[in-house]
Amino acid sequence: MAVAELEAVIGLEIHVQLSTRTKMFCGCELSFGDEPNVHTCPVCLAHPGVLPVPNEEAIRYALKIAAALECEVAPRSIFHRKNYFYPDNPKAYQISQYDEPLAVNGRLGVIRIHRAHLEEDAAKTIHLGESGRIHGSGASLVDFNRGGTPLVEIVTEPDLRSAGEAAAWARLLRTTVRQLDVSDVNMEEGSLRVDANVSVRPAGSEVLGTKTELKNMNSFRFLERGIEAELERQRQLIAAGGTVVQETLHFHPADGTLTPLRSKEEAHDYRYFPEPDLVPLAPSEAMLREAREALPELPAARIERYRTELELSAETAALLAADPDTAAYFERAAGAASGVEARVVANWVTGELAAALRQDGGEAGAAGSQVTPEALAALVGMVQEKKISHGSGKTVLAALVAEGGDPEAIVEREGLAQISDSGELESIVAAAVDANPEAADQIRSGNQKAIGAIVGAVMKETKGRADGGEVNRLIKAKLADR
Amino acid sequence: MAELLKLTVAEAVAKIGAGEIAREEYSEAWREAAAGDELNAYLWRGEDGAGKGGGSLAGIPVAVKDLFCTEGVETTAGSRILEGHRPLYTATAVRRLAEAGAGVLGKTNMDEFAMGSSNENSAYGPVRNPWDPERVPGGSSGGSAAAVGGGLAPCAIGTDTGGSIRQPAALCGIVGLKPTYGAISRYGMIAFASSLDQCGPLTRDVTDAALLLGAMQGRDPCDSTSVGIEGGVRAPSQESLQGLRFAVPAELAHDAIEPGVRTVFDETLARIEALGGEIAEVPLPHAEHGISAYYVIAPAEASSNLARYDGVRYGKRSGGEGDLIEMYETTRSEGFGEEVKRRIMLGTYALSSGYYEAYYGQAQKVRTKIAADYAAAFAQFDFVVTPTSPSVAFRLGEKTDDPLAMYMNDFFTVPMSLAGIPAISIPAGLAEPEGGGPRLPVGFQIAAPAFAEQRLLEAAYALEQSLGFEARPGGDGGG
Repeated sequence: MAVAELEAVIGLEIHVQLSTRTKMFCGCELSFGDEPNVHTCPVCLAHPGVLPVPNEEAIRYALKIAAALECEVAPRSIFHRKNYFYPDNPKAYQISQYDEPLAVNGRLGVIRIHRAHLEEDAAKTIHLGESGRIHGSGASLVDFNRGGTPLVEIVTEPDLRSAGEAAAWARLLRTTVRQLDVSDVNMEEGSLRVDANVSVRPAGSEVLGTKTELKNMNSFRFLERGIEAELERQRQLIAAGGTVVQETLHFHPADGTLTPLRSKEEAHDYRYFPEPDLVPLAPSEAMLREAREALPELPAARIERYRTELELSAETAALLAADPDTAAYFERAAGAASGVEARVVANWVTGELAAALRQDGGEAGAAGSQVTPEALAALVGMVQEKKISHGSGKTVLAALVAEGGDPEAIVEREGLAQISDSGELESIVAAAVDANPEAADQIRSGNQKAIGAIVGAVMKETKGRADGGEVNRLIKAKLADR
Repeated sequence: MAELLKLTVAEAVAKIGAGEIAREEYSEAWREAAAGDELNAYLWRGEDGAGKGGGSLAGIPVAVKDLFCTEGVETTAGSRILEGHRPLYTATAVRRLAEAGAGVLGKTNMDEFAMGSSNENSAYGPVRNPWDPERVPGGSSGGSAAAVGGGLAPCAIGTDTGGSIRQPAALCGIVGLKPTYGAISRYGMIAFASSLDQCGPLTRDVTDAALLLGAMQGRDPCDSTSVGIEGGVRAPSQESLQGLRFAVPAELAHDAIEPGVRTVFDETLARIEALGGEIAEVPLPHAEHGISAYYVIAPAEASSNLARYDGVRYGKRSGGEGDLIEMYETTRSEGFGEEVKRRIMLGTYALSSGYYEAYYGQAQKVRTKIAADYAAAFAQFDFVVTPTSPSVAFRLGEKTDDPLAMYMNDFFTVPMSLAGIPAISIPAGLAEPEGGGPRLPVGFQIAAPAFAEQRLLEAAYALEQSLGFEARPGGDGGG
């Protein structure tokens, strides 16, 4: 079968670490980066006789996620024990949800959500030695600080059709969850972990091919690269007459390769059974209502509002709406800029400001920069009112990025106020025309493009303080005089 | 001194409270009695059994089954794998006793992880029956029952998963109460089968059982499945059974019961009628499958509960020269006894992919049916009564080679555990064992609807007063 005819079928399994104050089933505080094994107690170390007590805050957070993903919440869901021996799992079972999860049948954008459920995170194991894996390691260390952190596992339907789409959707999920204020959703720190189930099938087929599960892709870029590499491998394999074997593949960030996990790690019979230490989870109507009512405007809805109400382009709307902080920044700036269309402010945020921040080399977005939304609004206002030229506006913006402050003061200090004395500007234009006779001739003979050289000379002389439109008008008038 | 040891807990509390006897004198008397343990009932004995502060049990030393965690005091669950384990915290039930003024007299021997009906499965040697040291005290709370029955403790607590309080209480001639599932917190009670385990008292009489239950019961934020008993527990005072309806399972007529036990049972039924109670048969058709369901569900949960004993964080660790799996295997092979291993394997199998529905799923359905049988019976009757155990105490070693015969000891006690309802065993008389020999205690079991502990205690008290069981080991004096 020709490689090109094979369609990608991708589903994602996402683990979101909740940012509750305490762990899922005990009172230990959550932490990241603390000294190992300081946030532990008999419960999360699975001492004899202890019992789990569910964290109500975690349940509320999970209900917010379920509401944001438009899921149906089960009136009664139950916890199961997932049994396996491993040092990261002190009880030798993980408390998770199995056949009666908290939430089912949701969607985010066009991608359907199969289910979302609550569970607890495992402890962190560090295997000493080069491979960083348990095999071939001389010794392993366990840090139980992470053990018992509340997790929400989200499973999509296999609705994604390319690596790029998968990564883009995962980003949308991250911005959505971040806005709920229930998780740090940081892939590098592991508070957001995305695994991918990848298969291919003849285009148009309804039957799913054999899938492989990809793990350890700890950035969106790696997620995309990992899926891409696996799709390519499966296509090549099938093209060569082979068949895909169901297995779990470990992604290596260093070289982008995938290697199968050993079958010993893989061959689990988890012996799921209902957790007898916990009663069914039955959220009250009040809890459900609270979760729904606490929902902020989510990126998908915001993009739509920016397009229809503020008349932004689809691209600009998506750039601004994806990140709640940027969106809030934009909306404050647009609100502060009187008499300026939101569209113009939007273009400054995504255009000039983004460029100036890149130029500055900082990691912070608009919201984290020294440029307050009010300062940006004032700056855009000055440019719109032609108090300063567009070029001077960029100069002021660079100063704001570097030092913050008030744009009007910077204009004053740098002497950037537009040259409004037309006599002064006329004499500068006249000098520029005289200094560029060739360009002047070309313009007279109909080549309007040649005007650029003379405009450039004027701008150089005025240090950008002249209004470009006015300069153009004056040059044409000057040449027409002759 | 000997006079002090004859007092019931309720009597001692009253005398200590009234200043008639000194708290330290009373606890010292019991400390000395416990020090004379020749039954292997204790695994550890304390020095401060007098307890602290006032309360319903002020000054009472309590023998505590070694399944309850006690901060800083070795807690082994009768297993080698927890040898030397000193918990960082105290079980809620024990803490509540202490808050009521009681002290811990000692930690009592038990079948390993509460798995057994004879106390022969302890890693620390079998407990002997105070009535006949060649016989078993029952199990798994054998140490607690022998301590109370043998005059080594004024009262004790134990745990009951399928009969582990009631059966040893019956075999040692004392009162044993398994409360409703959820009446007492399980926090700090080392888990055997989480959906069945329940703490309860082993005492000389029904009044003392009420006293201990009252101190221990209640909702505990550390146990999501605990609810407590609404309205609490009062000392029982009822003397008549007038108008109360007692159901005898119709199937009982065909069950294998020792003749002596059956005689005592029938005499007790007659006593109930004499007190004004009505007796009738009621079908409980699924009860006979109780043992089968229980020996799937309990081992399944145990296989998961006992998986944490891996040598990594506490308790015994063996091996480790090889890899991690080798250490797990060596630790668990050396740390667990035969019966525990048998049940872990049974339970692991029952939960395995492809077998789950046939075993665990099916057993849960049977459990539901049994609970429904009892609910139906309680729509017409106040109580269901049976012998506690099909036989009196059997000889040490008699059933150790036949697990199935051993499991049948739980035939009458398991259904109530599966249904989650309260049941009490009170001593009803003495009977000659099969094969002859001195007469031994026979227990009479009364079961009530969930959370009807007060009614259960009142009826048991009325019957106890009428029966006047005064027999003590060493003298065939009563019944």
